[in-house]
Amino acid sequence: MNNNNQLLSLSISPHIHSNLSVKKIMRDVIIALAPALGMGVYFFGIQALYTIVISTSTALITEAVISKIRGRKTISNGSAIVTGLLLAMIIPPGAPLWLPAVGSACAIALGKEVFGGLGRNIFNPALIGRAILMASWPTFMTTWLAPQPGWFRRIDSITSATPLAIVKLNLTQELPSYWNLFIGNVGGCIGETSAFALLLGAIFLFIRKRISWHVPVSYIGCVALLSWIFGKDGGLFTGDALFSILSGGLILGAFFMATDYVTTPITPKGKIIFGLGAGIIVVMIRLKGGYPEGVAYSILLMNAVTPLIDRWKWTIPKRIPPLKGD
Amino acid sequence: MIMINSNFYGGIHPEDSKTSTNTKKILNLRPPKKAIIPLLQHTGTLCEPLVNIGDIVKVGQKIGDAQAFISAPVHATISGKVADICPMLHPLGTKVISIIVESDGADTWAIEETKREWKTIEPEQIKHIIREAGVVGLGGAAFPTHVKLSPPENKKIDTYILNGAECEPFLTADHRLMLEYAKQVVAGLKILMKATNVKKGIIGIERNKPDAFRKIADEINKEPDVNINVISLKVKYPQGAEKQLIKALLKREVPSGGLPMDVGAIVSNVGTSFAVYESVVERKPLVERIVTVTGEGIRNPQNLRVRIGTPFSNLIEACEGVKEEIGKIIMGGPMMGIVQRTADVPVIKGTSGILVQTKDNVCDEPEECCIRCGNCAKVCPMKILPNVITNLVKNDRFEHAKEYGLLDCMECGACTYVCPARIPIVQYIKYGKTKMSLRGA
Repeated sequence: MNNNNQLLSLSISPHIHSNLSVKKIMRDVIIALAPALGMGVYFFGIQALYTIVISTSTALITEAVISKIRGRKTISNGSAIVTGLLLAMIIPPGAPLWLPAVGSACAIALGKEVFGGLGRNIFNPALIGRAILMASWPTFMTTWLAPQPGWFRRIDSITSATPLAIVKLNLTQELPSYWNLFIGNVGGCIGETSAFALLLGAIFLFIRKRISWHVPVSYIGCVALLSWIFGKDGGLFTGDALFSILSGGLILGAFFMATDYVTTPITPKGKIIFGLGAGIIVVMIRLKGGYPEGVAYSILLMNAVTPLIDRWKWTIPKRIPPLKGD
Repeated sequence: MIMINSNFYGGIHPEDSKTSTNTKKILNLRPPKKAIIPLLQHTGTLCEPLVNIGDIVKVGQKIGDAQAFISAPVHATISGKVADICPMLHPLGTKVISIIVESDGADTWAIEETKREWKTIEPEQIKHIIREAGVVGLGGAAFPTHVKLSPPENKKIDTYILNGAECEPFLTADHRLMLEYAKQVVAGLKILMKATNVKKGIIGIERNKPDAFRKIADEINKEPDVNINVISLKVKYPQGAEKQLIKALLKREVPSGGLPMDVGAIVSNVGTSFAVYESVVERKPLVERIVTVTGEGIRNPQNLRVRIGTPFSNLIEACEGVKEEIGKIIMGGPMMGIVQRTADVPVIKGTSGILVQTKDNVCDEPEECCIRCGNCAKVCPMKILPNVITNLVKNDRFEHAKEYGLLDCMECGACTYVCPARIPIVQYIKYGKTKMSLRGA
């Protein structure tokens, strides 16, 4: 034996490991967001690209500074990039460029790091960023540009309303067609308008088994059902379910934010409760609340009750029962 | 040929890494010059030495035994002189009183050469022979076999299962045994069935060992009136875990905290069946076993038949030694094996393999914070929430962890294998269990 002068490693089993890592999961999420980001740049021009770049780089810088202070090396896991990209996707195109910078810094610092970093945050960091921007600069956050297809153009400042605002505020503007809603040729935040591109990314995450069906199906299903039942003042069961799914940020939220591991329940039953709860809140805000859109707040509110859902005995999977009569 | 797709919950599919030894014949390793025979090689009570320093012993002579029911005697595995009786480092990590025998080079045996006809031996006598031969479960846990064969009156056993799954990556000892000694393995099962008066036998083999499957099937067909089936199982870890094997083969769920006998089954490893055959028919006590010596750190991996008490280093030398930078020496497979401080420890009854990893093989990424992905819960065959239990253990909330199934965990390591944050979940769970047992809970 020639190992006498070698130090052997000692550890508890297992001694092999799958190559899955936090970094790889984050990389998959970034890949899945790419189509929607691309569509955002296609419809909302070079300004959208600037917003994305500034939001992401601010997120990285903030993460770097705070992890330096905390003496941790968490920057390499890529979660700051995901937060930066998600925040850019929920900011209106044409907003001043300091807006994503402030939002992104708040998202990382106040949404994540103050709780102890990735894994310990209660709320979705990007949504915390958006909530702060909404509360501080509501005008910038509700001024929308009309989509102007084309690659890397400087688009004109033609304002437009989001489909949900048209309905909410009874504007005279014509509602967009389902096709335009589907491909994203409507007013809205940079990354939320193209259902098609978002679904493409979501399919990728399903194939890679990074997300499960529970939250998206229960969340979107609940919104569709309630919108169909209560959607129109004219009477019950006359609402437009498809419109409620395709307009606003529901698809982005359902597949990319309400599926965030850290801030949503772990068990299948818990995830379904989360989805249903968020769905009810969205419909309440959209129909009765002060804002035309409620996806961000619905997820944040359900984030807050996630620890409670996880502790609820009913949601914990049934274990193998003990022996009877012994 | 019966193929079944029935399944157990959870599980993982690690690279099986068996190709470096699964085609290599079992080689006999020369008996060592010095054998270290620990007086505890099984689950149960420590044996008392039956010899003194300076005594002359022969191979197969009983040198340690205990009065307690849950125990198994140990035997001299080489002939020679008892050099010392003292605490020695044991592969499980502690020091255990061991009998050190120095070889006289003659390898004289203390057993009769005539074979016994097992069919004429009464069940109680079979159990007695198995006990006296020191046969324990050779899959790794080393539970005394004679205890398993004596379930309480109120437990009706209807099926005897032989475990040929060998689901641990790298290990091929059971595979080669089934291939080269199919006759003895099947006969061993028949003996075990007679001892327990069980009419139905099943041998479960993972689908990645088709050659062994055919051999065993041929052997069974030679005596078709005995109700033994060989069943081909899905390749999935931990297919060879007792409870999971029973679920897959019989669709019965062993209750939490229960044993296979609670659902009418007894499970033994194929290696145990072979040892039973040798003890009952050939009169040979358990003095040797088959060990797979493998891993990327080994120059020439092999399946070796070795005397118990042979130092690991002898086996490694027989495989042309180690490559330059070795990182870990592990007894057993990579999923549940026990890491060693040195290669001077002896092979014991439960040593199914010696795995040597290079420095590059060693996973030493730092632990990150749990991101609550839930992968651990998806793969857990015991349907517990490993991440929740880990967090509770980290906060010293052991009672709470127990409510979440801490004690159900069998430490298969599937959760830790898939954890993206590289949290050593099994380590936390073992710590929690130890704390619970120290509190007498």
